[in-house]
Amino acid sequence: MESYGDLVAADDVLLFVNAAITATGQREFHADAGTQRLSLDFLHAYMLGNYRDLYAGVLALDINDHNAALIVRRLLETSAEATVEQRRSEGRLIAGRLALLPPQRVYGLFRALRRAGVNNRRTRALLRDWLAARPDLAFDAVKYRSGLKQALRHAHLAPGDGELGTFLFAPLSRAHYDTPILETWRRAHYEQAAVYELPYTVAEGFAAKHGIPRAVFLERIAPRMTRLEALRLQETAERRGVAEAVAVDLARMPLTRLAGYVLSLPVAERVERREELTGALRAAAARVAGVHRGTWGRVTAVLDDSFSSYGSGVKRRRPLAVAVACHYLLEALADRYAGLWTSGRREALLAHPVGPTPLGERILDALETAPDRLVIVSDGWDNAPPGLAAEVLRVWRTRIDPERRTSVVHLNPVYDADDFDVRRLAPSVPTAGVRDAEDLPALVEIAQFAEGRTGLAELTAYLDARAERLLAAPGQRTAAGGAR
Amino acid sequence: MTSYSETHAPSGLFDGLRTRPSQVWGAVRLVPLVRAEPVEDLRLHPRIHPGPGVVDLGRKGSYCSYIPHSFVAEWTGDGTPAAAYGTQLAEGPAEQGSVAAVRLHFHRRMARQEGRRRLRFLPLHLALEGYLALHFGGPTIAWEEWSRQALSQGLSPRVEAAYLGLQVPGLADALSVFEIHPGQCGVLVYLADALAAAFVVPHPEDYRTLHPTLVQDLYGDLVHHYATLMPPVPDFRARIADTGIRSLGELRAAAAEQTDRWEEFHDTTMAAGLVEQESNWQRVRRMGRFTLSRFLPEFRPKQDNHIGEAILDERGRTVYLKTFRLSENQVRRGFLLSRLAAHDWHLADTATEFGIDDAALAKRLETAGFGHLLRQRR
Repeated sequence: MESYGDLVAADDVLLFVNAAITATGQREFHADAGTQRLSLDFLHAYMLGNYRDLYAGVLALDINDHNAALIVRRLLETSAEATVEQRRSEGRLIAGRLALLPPQRVYGLFRALRRAGVNNRRTRALLRDWLAARPDLAFDAVKYRSGLKQALRHAHLAPGDGELGTFLFAPLSRAHYDTPILETWRRAHYEQAAVYELPYTVAEGFAAKHGIPRAVFLERIAPRMTRLEALRLQETAERRGVAEAVAVDLARMPLTRLAGYVLSLPVAERVERREELTGALRAAAARVAGVHRGTWGRVTAVLDDSFSSYGSGVKRRRPLAVAVACHYLLEALADRYAGLWTSGRREALLAHPVGPTPLGERILDALETAPDRLVIVSDGWDNAPPGLAAEVLRVWRTRIDPERRTSVVHLNPVYDADDFDVRRLAPSVPTAGVRDAEDLPALVEIAQFAEGRTGLAELTAYLDARAERLLAAPGQRTAAGGAR
Repeated sequence: MTSYSETHAPSGLFDGLRTRPSQVWGAVRLVPLVRAEPVEDLRLHPRIHPGPGVVDLGRKGSYCSYIPHSFVAEWTGDGTPAAAYGTQLAEGPAEQGSVAAVRLHFHRRMARQEGRRRLRFLPLHLALEGYLALHFGGPTIAWEEWSRQALSQGLSPRVEAAYLGLQVPGLADALSVFEIHPGQCGVLVYLADALAAAFVVPHPEDYRTLHPTLVQDLYGDLVHHYATLMPPVPDFRARIADTGIRSLGELRAAAAEQTDRWEEFHDTTMAAGLVEQESNWQRVRRMGRFTLSRFLPEFRPKQDNHIGEAILDERGRTVYLKTFRLSENQVRRGFLLSRLAAHDWHLADTATEFGIDDAALAKRLETAGFGHLLRQRR
């Protein structure tokens, strides 16, 4: 039998998971960065104070890097409050999660810990272990120079060999380094050719120093870019006439990033390159779908391309990119698929954030296709007319489809700072936060909990299972970000 | 002397416009108005909105353009910025130099804003001018109660204060998160569910251009108080009674009924203050089938009173409309002036109409800010 407290706990954890997936502390369409950060900080403090174990357990889920770093930081800040048993399990979760985070995030976390004056034994041990597991510390010393330097200084660690220490703390005091990358860095001060053997971000500084023309620089540094750097620089390369050198294989890009890139192109170019872009999106979606391809039966999606899906200047078109990515992923997962845009647009490739959000009407259209699953991707600001989506879904569930032939799930890419959760459409419909369309299958799994049919025991079991998975397969996501 | 012809107000101010569901942000409610067929032959002056559609229409020859008051552009043709003075009708894109404008001397910072062509300078419209000039000449008969200043200079100087939209809390946010409907040609701005302003243009593209300029318009102090003090207003959420619904078709019909119900409720209840107000219209200019007019209300104390300017077509349909809600004090001043004028500025007669004595009326005039008009007595 479940107590009332357990139900509240399960509810709070799900709310926090939704927030941790979507919130990034940046400006959103309806709230500024300050509001978002304040709201998120409160939520973290609340979770840590009330459910420390569950709070740490969330690290094993597909939450975003920003929140993962925040959780780790708060756990380390309050080490003294944890029991010995808690510290052990937390330590494993933190180590497992740090291995998945991109290195710049981890160095950022170390910097934050240093600023906050957190320097307990546990923190130092984690730092030491993480640094020891880095594949090439010399590469880090060049690319994340100040980050590594501060981390070493903060944890009182001696850098591996004498050369690395000299490089970090008195770099130009030596006339020669034996480690190739350190020597390249030294030579790059005087020799332009050496610049092109350094990582892109480091080389950029040297290029400015030597006054290398941008086009020449981009062309020659292209092989040293990570694939996301290359994707980001497509437009610049096009403008400078070095598009071939910086060319990327779009089909190999992560699905949501790719969708974001496609939406950044002007409509005329999207029309012109329709085949290529659609092909790339389909290939990326097929790769994500993997073995689940074509197993979801009849799926209909209602996708939000209203003006609010523009997001904000700092998260430009993010909600729309998620919707476009979901469109292609669901197409791959389904047997028979139909995607309906709120604006009535037919082609996902030409999506553009404009107009109101008549979700209720579009859901009616979707239900008419008699799907097995209905997936709604929207920020939940249903305004034409307000509340119609909730009413349609309620009446549908109670009067027309009480046997649940159609399962409905709502995915929301935007954290609502005022509600400490993603905005819900209706109480009868499970809502889950979504950041990358790639996580969609896992999210549908979590969304079952939100329907209120499962309690705290199942949820804890699920978190434990995910923690096992996290610890069993370390480093599985490092391929997605970071270095190529 | 301003003379207003008696009521020839259009029967339906919002004919041809359909009300769509409102969007709420804090105490601000914005109600979009959608035109089934945009008006093609009256467009924003091409200096403001150089759209391709305008050029095409220009060839037909039967094309008018309008310039909302105080729009900054190169009106004078010599490259310096100037603000249009008063809302105007112009005869197609070829006509140049016929725009009444005020030359502007910008400081560096303001000039940069002007570069984006969104600046409204001196945000005051034709209609407001009409209100300020109301019985501006002062007493028509030199009754002994009126001061020498009143007789020689009339009401001059006549001053009214209003708030810039940017100073109305929440309005700028509400406008920036508002999702413009397809075909939208107008908006009604409510603060704490009191109608603050109505704005209608002929074409959706014009609306898109002018939507952000709503924060640079004038709003009365009543509107400002409501925005500052009132709690957020609730959404009118759709509600479907689920008894008797057995199929998707019935559900769809019920949903459509919700939209219609809102439209009816809004038009007959929420916008009633503006739609049903008796007003006096004055024709300012006529061009082709369009007439530019301004209107003043009958000044009914303790009710909504909207002044405004409008462009109507030959059938009396509104193609352009902009209104300003007078504050309570402004209504009282307008009311006193119009009653005084009706009695040829005779104090005792006017006092009799109000059922008070001379001294009480003098007191009332003084509190309304017209004390300087009365001769000081021992």
